[in-house]
Amino acid sequence: MWTWFHKLASPPHFYGLAAKMIPWFAIPGILLVAYGTYAGLFAAPADYQQGDAFRIIYVHVPAAYLSMMTYMVMAISAAIGLIWRIKLSHAVAAAAAPLGAWFTFLALITGSIWGRPMWGTWWEWGDPRLTSQLLMLFIYFGYMALRAAIDDPAKADKASGILAMVGAVNIPIIHFSVEWWSSLHQGATLVREGGPAMPVEMLYPLLMNIFGFTFIFGALLLGRIRTEVLFRERRKRWVHNLVFPDGAQA
Amino acid sequence: MSSQDTRRPGILSGFLAVIRRDVLLAWKRPGDVLNPLFFFAMVSTLFPLAIGPSPEQLRFSGPGVVWVAALLATLLSLNSLFLSDHEDGSLDQLILSPQPLPLLALAKALAHWLTTGLPLVLVSPLIAVTFQMPAGSIDIMMLTLTFGTISLSLLGSIGAALTVGLHRGTALLSLLILPLAMPILIFGARTVSLSAANDAVAAGIYLLAAYCMLALTLAPFATAAALRISNE
Repeated sequence: MWTWFHKLASPPHFYGLAAKMIPWFAIPGILLVAYGTYAGLFAAPADYQQGDAFRIIYVHVPAAYLSMMTYMVMAISAAIGLIWRIKLSHAVAAAAAPLGAWFTFLALITGSIWGRPMWGTWWEWGDPRLTSQLLMLFIYFGYMALRAAIDDPAKADKASGILAMVGAVNIPIIHFSVEWWSSLHQGATLVREGGPAMPVEMLYPLLMNIFGFTFIFGALLLGRIRTEVLFRERRKRWVHNLVFPDGAQA
Repeated sequence: MSSQDTRRPGILSGFLAVIRRDVLLAWKRPGDVLNPLFFFAMVSTLFPLAIGPSPEQLRFSGPGVVWVAALLATLLSLNSLFLSDHEDGSLDQLILSPQPLPLLALAKALAHWLTTGLPLVLVSPLIAVTFQMPAGSIDIMMLTLTFGTISLSLLGSIGAALTVGLHRGTALLSLLILPLAMPILIFGARTVSLSAANDAVAAGIYLLAAYCMLALTLAPFATAAALRISNE
C-alpha cells in the first residue's frame, strides 16, 4: 500500500495520472451542470414567495459550498505536506487556493445579486453568511499573499501550510462569532432535520448542480495541479524529456 | 562538563528570562511602548472628528471605536515582535536553546502583551470617558480588552513569526491576521455595546475567555513551527 502511495505522490506519475483522470471529472461535471441548470432555470416551478428570483440558488449554493470544501482540501493537503513532507500535496494546496477564492467571490456576488430583490439591498451587514463569506475571501487572499511574498518555494509551502491550518481552526470560530453577532438570513433549507424544506422539482436540479460543480472543481483542480507540478519540476529530467521527446537539448 | 549541566537554566527560568529581557528592552526604549498608545489615542480621536460630536452618536459608537483602535494599535506593534531578534541573531539562540520553543514563543507573546496590551487596557478608560460611555460598562470594557489583547498578542505572534524577515511584512501581517482576529473584535465590541445598553454580558465574556484559553493552548505551537520555518 505504501509503495502505491509513494508512486501516487511522485510528480511524474501523478502528472500522467491526472491527465487520464481529468475527462472522468470534466464530462460528468459538464453533463450534470448542463442538466441541473436547464432543469433549475426552466423546469422547476417558481417559488411562491420569491418568484423567479430564487433561481440564482442553482449557482449560489454550489459556489458557497465549494468555497468551504476547497478550503478543507487546501488545509488537509497542507497538513499532509507538513506532516509527511510530501511535496505533491503542497502543490495541491497551492493549486486549490485561487479556485477557492474564486468560488468564494462567486458566492458573494450571487448572494449580493439575490439580496437585491429579496432584502432590497446589495449588501446586508446584518446577514452572518455574507459577512463570513467576505472574511473567507480575505483569508484566501492572505494565504495567497503569504505564498507570493516568500521567494523560496519550499519555505513558501511550509509557511502557508501553517497559515492554512491556523485558518482551519479559526474558520468555525469566525462562522460562529458572525452568527452570534446577528442573524437575518433565511434558515438552512437543505441540511436539516426532517428532510429538505424544498419541493423535489426544485431540489433535484440543485443537487445535480452541487455534484456537477464538485466534479468540475475536481477537473479544474487536477489541471491546475498538473501545471503547478510542471512548473515546480521545470529543472528536472522528466520534464525535459517531456518537452523534448527526441532527446534534443534545451 | 557536569558543572555546566547544573548551571543550565531550567524550563521555568528560561521562560521568565525571555519575559524579563523583553520587558527590560521595552523599558529602555520607551518609544516602543508609547507609540502604539499614541496611535490608539489618535485613532480614537479620528472618529469623533469624522462622524460629528453629538453625544448620543459617540455613546453608540464608542465600544466599536475603542475596540477597532485597540486592534489596530496591537497590529501595528506586532510587526516588531520578532524583527530585532531576527536581525541581531537572538532568534537563532532562542531556537537553539534547550528550552522547548513553544514555551519561549509563549513567553515572547506574553511579554508583548505586558508591553502593549496591558498599557492599552489601562489607558482605555480615558478614551471611554471621552466617548460618554457609562461608568458601569467601563470595567466590562477593560475586562474584554484584557482577554482580547492577550488573544491578539498570541494570534498575532503566529503572523509575526510567519512574516519575520519578509519585505513588506507589515501590510502582509495585517492581511493575514485581521480576518482571523474578527471573532475577538466581534465578541469584544459587541459585549461592551450590550453592557452599555444594560443587557446581559456574561455570554460574550465567556466566549472571549474561551477564545483566550484556546489561543494560549494552541498558538505557541503554531508560532514555534512558523519560527523554525522562517528562520531556516
